[in-house]
Amino acid sequence: MAKKFFALIVVLTMVLGITGCGSQSTGNQQGDTKKTEESTEKPKNEKLVIGFAQIGQESGWRDAETFSILQEAEKLGVDLKFSDAQQKQENQIKAIRTFIQQGVDVIGVAPVVETGWETVFKEAKDAGIPIILVDRRAAVPEDLYASFIGSDFILEGNNAADEMAKLLNNKGNIVELQGTVGASAATDRMKGFKDQLAAKYPDMKIIASQTGDFTRAKGKEVMEAFLKAYPGQINGVYGHNDDMVLGAIEAIKDAGLKPGVDIKTVSVDGVKGLFEAMAAGEANVTVECNPLLGPQFFKACQDLKDGKTTEKWIKSEESVYRAETAKDDLPNRKY
Amino acid sequence: MKNLTKYKAFWPTVAFVVLLIFNAFFTKNFFAISIVDGHLFGNLIDIIKNVSPLALLSIGMTLVIATGGIDISVGSVVAISGALACSIIDKRLGFFDGSLAAALIFGLLAGVLCGLWNGFLVSKVKIQPIVATLILMTAGRGVAQLITKGKIVTINSAPMMKQYYFLGAGYFLGLPFAIFIVAIILVGMLMLVRKTAFGLFLESLGINSRSSRLSGVNTDRIKLVVYTISGFMAALSGILISSNIKGADCNNAGLFIEMDAILSVAIGGNSLAGGRFSITSSVLGAFVIQCLTTTVYAFGVPPETILLVKAFVIVILCLFQSQSFRQKLMAWREGKKVHSA
Repeated sequence: MAKKFFALIVVLTMVLGITGCGSQSTGNQQGDTKKTEESTEKPKNEKLVIGFAQIGQESGWRDAETFSILQEAEKLGVDLKFSDAQQKQENQIKAIRTFIQQGVDVIGVAPVVETGWETVFKEAKDAGIPIILVDRRAAVPEDLYASFIGSDFILEGNNAADEMAKLLNNKGNIVELQGTVGASAATDRMKGFKDQLAAKYPDMKIIASQTGDFTRAKGKEVMEAFLKAYPGQINGVYGHNDDMVLGAIEAIKDAGLKPGVDIKTVSVDGVKGLFEAMAAGEANVTVECNPLLGPQFFKACQDLKDGKTTEKWIKSEESVYRAETAKDDLPNRKY
Repeated sequence: MKNLTKYKAFWPTVAFVVLLIFNAFFTKNFFAISIVDGHLFGNLIDIIKNVSPLALLSIGMTLVIATGGIDISVGSVVAISGALACSIIDKRLGFFDGSLAAALIFGLLAGVLCGLWNGFLVSKVKIQPIVATLILMTAGRGVAQLITKGKIVTINSAPMMKQYYFLGAGYFLGLPFAIFIVAIILVGMLMLVRKTAFGLFLESLGINSRSSRLSGVNTDRIKLVVYTISGFMAALSGILISSNIKGADCNNAGLFIEMDAILSVAIGGNSLAGGRFSITSSVLGAFVIQCLTTTVYAFGVPPETILLVKAFVIVILCLFQSQSFRQKLMAWREGKKVHSA
């Protein structure tokens, strides 16, 4: 027992020693780079040089975002240094530090988590490199980043309510399929929709609202229960994402009703599957949550390089797609 | 009363009936059943349809748990088989030309292979079951993502879509087709464990694996067989789940369903330490869980409190299943009677 304990102590000290050395040496490195940069007055890159620290590839939506950024960089002839962090914050931080050493013009980052960015953003600021947050926010003081490019979930909820009002002629009963409880996309899309109904459409009512966890299977199961609890009373279904509504469509069909006709649908995202459903006449509207942020991102980068200031929140260009044009839109959908 | 509580199926049945009685009073239209497009339509029918994947998993899980093991990889196997079957149906894996038979065969085969792998790790390499199956639980979703290239596979436009959809969401004789699959599997498994020596070996292995081995039971082979059965059940369940939503969603298909499967077995009154078991009461346990879920939706429990409500019901149920709790309750009531007299 005593031997084992001793061995444990030895191992622990060794591990601590290693990590201790590690952090120390990186600390020195940072100091060095900072010094060289101060002394040489960061040389201006001729081409636009951008570092982008992507989260990884956890969903089709993110793949589309990555694709858009790579494609736009190629189109504009930007020197893009792209890093895939595989869902790990330490990899993103490492990537940002590398970008700083390489002296890029602007750093783009889609923060995998909200917290823990102050130090590395400060290093970038000290090196004179602006940071642009893409599609996710970071909990840092506003002066540590130049801009945030991303969606306004509340606005998406407002737009969805307007679309629903058009479909139902400002009057009717709606059931809501919420996203994961506590997710900002769910809370804000719910608030945006509810507020808009209260402000503009007094004759439209949410008669039931339940979480479908952003998944197709739960969306279907919840809709099945709604259809039994409110037989013949539901005029429209509002889903916080397209997948839940795709599930709900199956439930509506099972109930012998026509989705898109007897019960109208409005959802958020703009995934390909929903366009297929709209083309088949089984869904009505999707409010896009655009992952194709490449063009807006590089425009902001160019502005920053040219010394212009950019808006703190650049809202992503989003549009509403309706069933009437779905057949024409379908071939252009990338995700 | 004493005689009844001896049966494992007693408490899950009571729980099921209590939930139904609750709904009779508090949930409007819960028992309404109508005929739509030639099939029955109502909350009860939904319960029957949606319980099927979980019921299949609980059958496999019961056998694994009877040997004193556990299989926490079933959720990932659900994702793998669904991904493979949907990719074949949707002609993403080109060489099968969207064949339904190929989709089913390869989907199920994937599950059997996963089960064999788990069984191999547990019986031959002697890794503890929870660790051995943890490997596939973690890696399995990655495998599924590889098959679908990280995207949700939608099979709306596939030629065999209607036939595939029928498996998980179609109706036969007015009832969900999936429940017929469960019934056939259940009867088959009951024959296997009650009409052959297999069930006896299982129980003896769960009660004392060393002495069963010494008395000539091939314990390694039995373990291999039960994990393979569990893998097969998970694959079948994965096919039903993906069929029900006309697509394979690798991130969410079967997520945390292993916990529900283990819970079904526990609600069914089976000891997680292994030994004597009842497949039928595990299936009843699955019914209790699904009935609870449907009740929560139909009754309109606010989304923020769903998990709490479910946990509360489960705690009550487990308390009543515990013999020592019941005895204490009895003693307390006797004491009260004496006082009031």
